[in-house]
Amino acid sequence: MKDDKKHLFDDPKNIKRLLNIFYLCCALLVILDFVIHRHTMHKWDSLWAFYPIYGFVGCVVLVVVAKWMRTFLMRPEDYYDKYSTANDNSDTINKNALTNNDLHKKGAHHVDY
Amino acid sequence: MWIIDLPPFVPFFIGALILLFTRGILRSAIMVAIPIVSAIHLWMVPEGVYLQFAFLEYQLTPYRVDKLSLLFAYVFHIAALIGIIFSLHLRDTLQQVAAMLYSGSALGAVFAGDLLTLFIFWELLAVTSVFLILARRTQRAYDAAMRYLIIQVLSGVILLAGALFYASEHNSLAFGYIGLDSIAGWLIFIAFGIKCAFPFAHNWLTDAYPEATVTGTVFLSAFTTKIAVYALARAYPGAEILVYIGAAMTCFPIFFAVIENDLRRVLAYSLINQVGFMVVGIGIGTALAINGAIAHAFNDVIFKGLLFMSMGAVLHMTGRINGSDLGGLYKTMPKTTILCIVGAASISAFPLLSGFVSKSMVMSAALEEGFDWIWLMLLFASAGVFHHAGIKIPYFAFFAHDSGIRASDPPNNMVLAMAIAAALCIAIGIYPQALYSLLPYDTGYNPYDATHVLAQAQLLFFSALAFVWLNLKGLYPPELRSTVLDVDWLYRRAVPSGLQKVFRVIWQADRALRDAFTLKLDICLRYFSGKSDRLSALLSQNHPSGSMAMWVAVVLASFLFLSFIQ
Repeated sequence: MKDDKKHLFDDPKNIKRLLNIFYLCCALLVILDFVIHRHTMHKWDSLWAFYPIYGFVGCVVLVVVAKWMRTFLMRPEDYYDKYSTANDNSDTINKNALTNNDLHKKGAHHVDY
Repeated sequence: MWIIDLPPFVPFFIGALILLFTRGILRSAIMVAIPIVSAIHLWMVPEGVYLQFAFLEYQLTPYRVDKLSLLFAYVFHIAALIGIIFSLHLRDTLQQVAAMLYSGSALGAVFAGDLLTLFIFWELLAVTSVFLILARRTQRAYDAAMRYLIIQVLSGVILLAGALFYASEHNSLAFGYIGLDSIAGWLIFIAFGIKCAFPFAHNWLTDAYPEATVTGTVFLSAFTTKIAVYALARAYPGAEILVYIGAAMTCFPIFFAVIENDLRRVLAYSLINQVGFMVVGIGIGTALAINGAIAHAFNDVIFKGLLFMSMGAVLHMTGRINGSDLGGLYKTMPKTTILCIVGAASISAFPLLSGFVSKSMVMSAALEEGFDWIWLMLLFASAGVFHHAGIKIPYFAFFAHDSGIRASDPPNNMVLAMAIAAALCIAIGIYPQALYSLLPYDTGYNPYDATHVLAQAQLLFFSALAFVWLNLKGLYPPELRSTVLDVDWLYRRAVPSGLQKVFRVIWQADRALRDAFTLKLDICLRYFSGKSDRLSALLSQNHPSGSMAMWVAVVLASFLFLSFIQ
């Protein structure tokens, strides 16, 4: 069910245009720093272009750290499902359903036989 | 007039009862009418105490109205109305009744003037909301709902314990300023903290909210955490520890939000981030900071609801919510896209939208009170929230690569609910004085001066520039199908598998002991049966009659013996 209609961002030219407008806005905002006198409340934000630099660097650091966190926090999608209560048969006394391996894992307790 | 004395939770509870016996259009009409009628009623109620009675030597105040509780009650009515409109297409009595009871419980908690009433509604919030998760009717949702329920009820139990300590210390159950100078203070603080998603106690939120139903999450995001914020604002304004807890809450979730795949879970993390701003405001405790915290809670209910609704609409129409499965939906869901962007821009605090007029109050208060480093953290969190909630959510759902999904815009009631929320976001952003007039303090704060607007615009545009640059360089982490570990790993994996190991040793020891005992018993029994077999053989060649004769002899001998004793 592919539609043949051309959409706004199917054309790379439009993306280019949007990005150019965006870059222009960014440049304009930095230039405005010279025009508008910010009455600053603190020594840090009286630095030149404090907010643009802080925003940019902050976000790059955020993404880099988050990416690094993936190396030790990421697990397969079904990671917890294996431990879901649905798979836990020990309460249903359905011993036949448990494989020997499962029984061994649980310490092979045999109260009823 | 008695109708004034009627607490606002009553119409919601009665409404929930009526819903059980109605169907179709009538039910929809009643559901929409209840929050509207209740809100009009509330609008006419002046401040004061309306319901009070003595219970076991204690004065209980189930209905107390002041500026703080009124503001939260207004936004809860708005949230309930929006949520109900969003779920009008549903034909699910369970969810509709649960949502009505849940909204009513939130209103009950907000007007509670004593700790016992607060405790009752605190637990009702937990018990009614869990059905919004269970109504998803999947195994995952069931598991998440049970974990959610345990943690929420635990919070209630701690609150009750704290309330009992408080009663014995102060000989009163009145719910007002409590402070952190006694055991009661700390217990109640912890109870509020669990519901407020403090760090390490936050996982119930990111665990359960994304597993709830499409419409259930909208209700969930509005009430539970905001009740906790309300309670903290009443009981612990100016507690400095809240500044640090809140700052941590604004910062750590954004890292998880960047790498999380489930877009509703991303929103859950950003919910913690937003609540962090409120907690910082309460911790600073000045008039401006408290105003900012409360105003931000008001706005957050609306824009976070809008974001959850837009992602709910995506889930409802496509059946998918993972960033890795979505993309390119702007082509066929233009209305949802635009409304989602309004919500995303609001939460990012773009000037002229609602987030800006409240978040800037907290930030200004932090600078004024000399919390420099906290201010830097909040600034980082503001950039970060734009990065993950402002850009990531709309970008991966509606733009990015074309996933080939061609879902249409959701049913009209869903679009209407989102449109109302979006209109409120814009209206509050353009005319914040309406919201400011409802706040408890008059600070004469004006968010729209050139400094604030320019600084915020610079911060946001360059955060966006970072996103664009990272994306063009291919450095932005792609959306991957995955589970990201969080504190819940401790109670979902580490403790269960640790316990399993312990029990394994116990079971093995138990088995060895049991086996040894049965072996000994076996040997004993065999010895005696061997003996009795030989005796029986003396009495008769036939085994059964010999055995019988022997046992009759034994019985008779016993009788003889017993008669001697007498």
